[in-house]
Amino acid sequence: MSENEIKILAIESSCDETAAAVVVNGREVRSNVISSQIALHTLYGGVVPEIASRKHIEKINQVITQALAEANTTLDDIDAIGVTYGPGLVGALLVGVAEAKAISYAKKKPLVGVHHIEGHICANYIENPDLKPPFMCLVVSGGHTHLVKVLDYGKYEILGKTRDDAAGEAFDKVARAIGLGYPGGPKIEKVSHEGNPHAMEFPRAKIEDGPYDFSFSGLKSAVLNYLNGCQMKGIPVVQADVAASFQKAVTDVLVGNAMKAIDEFGMDKFAIAGGVASNGTLREAMREACTKKGVQFYHPSPIFCTDNAAMIGVAAYYDYMNGQRDGLDLNAVPNLKLGER
Amino acid sequence: MKILGLDSSGLVASVAIVENENLLGEYTVNYKKTHSQTLLPMLDEVARMIELDLETIDAIAIAGGPGSFTGLRIGSATAKGLGLALNKPIINVPTVDALAYNLAGHQSLVCPLMDARRNQTYTGLYRFHTNEMETLREQCAVGIDEIVAYINETGQPVVFLGDGIPVFSAYIQENVKVPWSFAPAHMNKQRAGAVAALGMKYFAAGRYESAAEHRPEYLRLSQAERERKEQQHTSEPENAKENPLTGTSETVNEGSRL
Repeated sequence: MSENEIKILAIESSCDETAAAVVVNGREVRSNVISSQIALHTLYGGVVPEIASRKHIEKINQVITQALAEANTTLDDIDAIGVTYGPGLVGALLVGVAEAKAISYAKKKPLVGVHHIEGHICANYIENPDLKPPFMCLVVSGGHTHLVKVLDYGKYEILGKTRDDAAGEAFDKVARAIGLGYPGGPKIEKVSHEGNPHAMEFPRAKIEDGPYDFSFSGLKSAVLNYLNGCQMKGIPVVQADVAASFQKAVTDVLVGNAMKAIDEFGMDKFAIAGGVASNGTLREAMREACTKKGVQFYHPSPIFCTDNAAMIGVAAYYDYMNGQRDGLDLNAVPNLKLGER
Repeated sequence: MKILGLDSSGLVASVAIVENENLLGEYTVNYKKTHSQTLLPMLDEVARMIELDLETIDAIAIAGGPGSFTGLRIGSATAKGLGLALNKPIINVPTVDALAYNLAGHQSLVCPLMDARRNQTYTGLYRFHTNEMETLREQCAVGIDEIVAYINETGQPVVFLGDGIPVFSAYIQENVKVPWSFAPAHMNKQRAGAVAALGMKYFAAGRYESAAEHRPEYLRLSQAERERKEQQHTSEPENAKENPLTGTSETVNEGSRL
């Protein structure tokens, strides 16, 4: 154990991935173990909270043990335990929180509760050693759509968020409606390659009193209405065209709001994060828009876009260095707001 | 032998340390605050008072279900985290067994009743030969009528305990045909002392598992799984309701294989 190495064991169980990781000095990922439940939830067309919680408790010790082994370390060499305590599914969060607290207590290691979205943002630090705050970040996942100004490590200002569905949620719902199934994001992206993104013009919602806010339920309804219309008129639905046009509409809104914020706040660095950030079409559109403005564009690899514990370890490291410590009474907070404790 | 006992299966949160024939410390709270916030601070408090070195415990006994799904997982995840960190095994003590063990030595039959909602109770039936517990009916999720009919057939006096009593007391008063009573306040709810003491017997008998293996026994599928199963068996939809005992135990077996 090197003296200037701060080693974090991180645990994440906020939704349907049971994950643990070992991260050194907030940037170096020594292990990143993810046990995904996607196959199980596919049967139900989405994540079932009770099933997710049951799976977490079955897998969590194996995942942690594997993360320690792959990092060639033991609990004794860990400096602190980081754990996601919100937002997310409460039953799922509680498994990770109770486990982390028990390990922290038994091993007398400091405990750091981490905000899940903060984790997603911090995923960008892993592969981009030059990235430092301040920068603009768009977090897009199945549960979240946040446009965030990252002021400093652990300091955030939320500029906008979704008023209804998260972007990833809209992908899931539309995928289900056009018969692609769950999870919607990767499936829509795949068929979109075969489709025409200008086949239909679906609406791009603008919100008057919230220039950086998002709304995707109108878009989702427009797709559903289109599908109903086709059915009533007996017109065959071209799945790939619908998927591509829908994806284009989501991308346009996300890029539009992000670029407006960059102009307004004069940021020279922009990052995307969250599960939807692994969508190639969105990533390329963002890259292109950033390049045009001379803004440096960052994105995590897909493995750090999806829910994972490495990103929680990164966030926990910076919180730990800021002096953040949590007690044995740390609770899961399902609707935790970014920047609040 | 030193056993740490934990129970967060119901409204009560409880921790205890039992060493051989002695209860060294127990902290039991039957109050609204969430177990997630209270369980470990309670353990910390007891451990401090008895100067417990956690490394010296032999195993962790947990009320492993049935009970509140969330409560069970808070207890199980706590036990699993402790087990992982301390490299100690877990004794999965059935919640209803541990409840019954509160009344060890009682002359009557012992019938714990937990409120399982959906018109059911998590229950079982036990008889003590001094402190040796005999299980007449293993813990299960059934209608109150089912277990009361079973008790009436035995023709023997019975003592009830558990958080299901307020829910089922009217039914008991009308339908129990044998002499019956309710256990008093200090022994009528979950207590980690009983979990640890019974856990010690199970441990000695080789009934334990690794912390990694441990998972709660819910005795019930999740709602989504239940509804999916019902859809798949639309030709025989009401079997489970007509015969709760068989229906439930079938479901449980399939559930634990998932």
